[in-house]
Amino acid sequence: MAERRFSFFTPGQYAVLALLAATPFIDLAFPSIQLSGPMRTVVVYAILALGLNVVVGWTGLLNLGIAAFMAIGAYAFGILTAEIYPFQVGFWWALLLSGAIGAFAGWLLGAPTLRLRGDYLAIVTLGFGEIVQDGLKNLQTITKGTEGINPLPKPTIPFGAHIDAALSKVGVGSAATTDSAGTTATTALSATESVAGALPRWFDISSETPARWFYLYLILLAVVICLCRNLEFSRLGRQWFAVREDELAARCMAIEPDKAKLKAFAAGAALAAVAGALFASHLASTGEPANYDFQVSILALCIVIVGGIGSITGVVLGAIVMVGLSNVVLPALTQAMQRAGIGSTENVLSSPDNYKYLIFGLALVLMMRFRPDGIVHTRKAVKK
Amino acid sequence: MTETEVFLQQVIYGLSNGMIIALVALGYTMVYGIVELINFAHGDVFTLGGFLALTLVGALGAAAILDPNTLGDSSHWLLLVGLVVTAGIFCGFLNVAIDKVVYKPLRRAPKLTQLVAAIGVSFILVNIALFWGGAPMEVFGGGNAAAASKDFPEILEGSNLLGEDSNVVLRLEDLAIFAITIPLMIGLTLFVNRTRLGRGMRATAQNPVAARLMGINTDRVISATFLIGGFLGGAASVMWAIYNNTISFQMGFRAGMDAFTAAVLGGIGSLPGAMIGGVLIGLIRAMSDQYIETRWTNVVVFAVLILILVFRPSGLLGLKQREKV
Repeated sequence: MAERRFSFFTPGQYAVLALLAATPFIDLAFPSIQLSGPMRTVVVYAILALGLNVVVGWTGLLNLGIAAFMAIGAYAFGILTAEIYPFQVGFWWALLLSGAIGAFAGWLLGAPTLRLRGDYLAIVTLGFGEIVQDGLKNLQTITKGTEGINPLPKPTIPFGAHIDAALSKVGVGSAATTDSAGTTATTALSATESVAGALPRWFDISSETPARWFYLYLILLAVVICLCRNLEFSRLGRQWFAVREDELAARCMAIEPDKAKLKAFAAGAALAAVAGALFASHLASTGEPANYDFQVSILALCIVIVGGIGSITGVVLGAIVMVGLSNVVLPALTQAMQRAGIGSTENVLSSPDNYKYLIFGLALVLMMRFRPDGIVHTRKAVKK
Repeated sequence: MTETEVFLQQVIYGLSNGMIIALVALGYTMVYGIVELINFAHGDVFTLGGFLALTLVGALGAAAILDPNTLGDSSHWLLLVGLVVTAGIFCGFLNVAIDKVVYKPLRRAPKLTQLVAAIGVSFILVNIALFWGGAPMEVFGGGNAAAASKDFPEILEGSNLLGEDSNVVLRLEDLAIFAITIPLMIGLTLFVNRTRLGRGMRATAQNPVAARLMGINTDRVISATFLIGGFLGGAASVMWAIYNNTISFQMGFRAGMDAFTAAVLGGIGSLPGAMIGGVLIGLIRAMSDQYIETRWTNVVVFAVLILILVFRPSGLLGLKQREKV
């Protein structure tokens, strides 16, 4: 495979990004649905699954504890930004640092364990996930136990306030906005106020503007996709494929499998930690440690496997399908049925929410049986 | 209570729980020995055994069983053995069915494909247990509490066998666990070492291709392995239920992880290894509950698991083996 130059997206990746970008318009058309909030979760899980994809899809290592790295990212973000701690760095620095801390955690777990056989490694990562979850629950002085660290800041757009102020001067943006430090930036009390005040504040993310918050997350997802895409066929990416297909042959080509695996582990953990930080910011709290349990790791695995192991487009599609199903469609269906009076809480079978495990399980079993390469089948799998 | 008494009490708890863990661990280790698959769903088969036992207790009338006048009656021993056998047979055949439907078509697939499929089966079984817990029966506490833990009635008399004034408590349940698990383990050892099918199992574990060339029906051997592993898991689930007096739809995950840790500790693929590993894990749990803190016990078990896998992947009794290329 020839060395490729930098490129942004494939047509398929443009398509899924456009599909995601269209969801706030559903909110506009049907104000009762409000998809932008839940769709942020889809984006968070897409980033998490892209991280897992580096490990499982490209390097062929089964990681059953990816949620642990998500938790590490979320709690790192919480500790770096919450008011009760002395750091209180801004959103963007906290996001970057969370990713770095995640990568370090991945390196720490990977260094002693990556020489293990595939299935043993999977169990070790599972155990690590449980240890992190229990540890977070038990270290109450630092993590606030099941309460979670809160409140956490919403993302801010760099220079957003200044852009808004500039826009308001020319009569496009709002009259007043606040910047990240919370100080009032501009008050343009003039004749244009009545007009400008009615116009939206384009670069301020507050609870009234869920669509903008969603778009910010979507841009971050686009950055991650672009990163992954250019990593995929880089020197390192090709080393990962070589290790996945045949470790012995890779070694003969002067690739050091242990180092390549460790880099994959750290890269996957970093992306998972970024996803965790975004998740915590989205909830305005780290939530309880059970938010990052084994079920989350399996959901991420389902996304990667259903979407198509190794395919970036497939993974993002998988996130839309699986998270859309478990976090949007099923709760909505449950609510709708309760409102309509169909089914009762007395009957466990009549609540669609109760079918989550079954859907995850069936997805894994059926995909393994009939389409082990996923829905979007990009590369020819090498038969062993 | 003196220090020694506290220690002795934990030894009793540890041994009893350890024997149960050992029974489940045997299911993991046997299947791994024959088809090199971590049967992730084994813990959830165990859960369903517990639910079947509670259903049977409910059908027979929990109130009659709980009647203090009949507690300690010999009919309760009969009931206990009946539950162990029924749950065992149910879990055994469930295990065989899972193997036939899910694992068998994937026998030649990469190991990780099989493991992911096993995790999928595990999630399906968890959901079935959740639905089962919502069954409209009095013992399940009504339909709206499907996800809640269920109380399992006390089948054996609860008094202290060492005398009421003794600080160390040894209950009839502890004895029952030994009386049921030890014969099962002896029976299994004899079966594997003395019978024709057992010899077939050992041969298949060593080299499946050579075993088939020698005229061993390896498919039958694999089915038998899943059947016996499932039976032991089902029996263990009843012992677990009467010992802890509670079951829940997610209990198989923790119990399964404990048992898998035990199997790895003893050396996966080795039957005596699983038995020793199970008892050791039971003791480690009990000591950690007492001398560290209960909330850290799961962390201790997983730490043991990771340390063994990293530093001695072949376990205590396992053979050193190189990964087949």
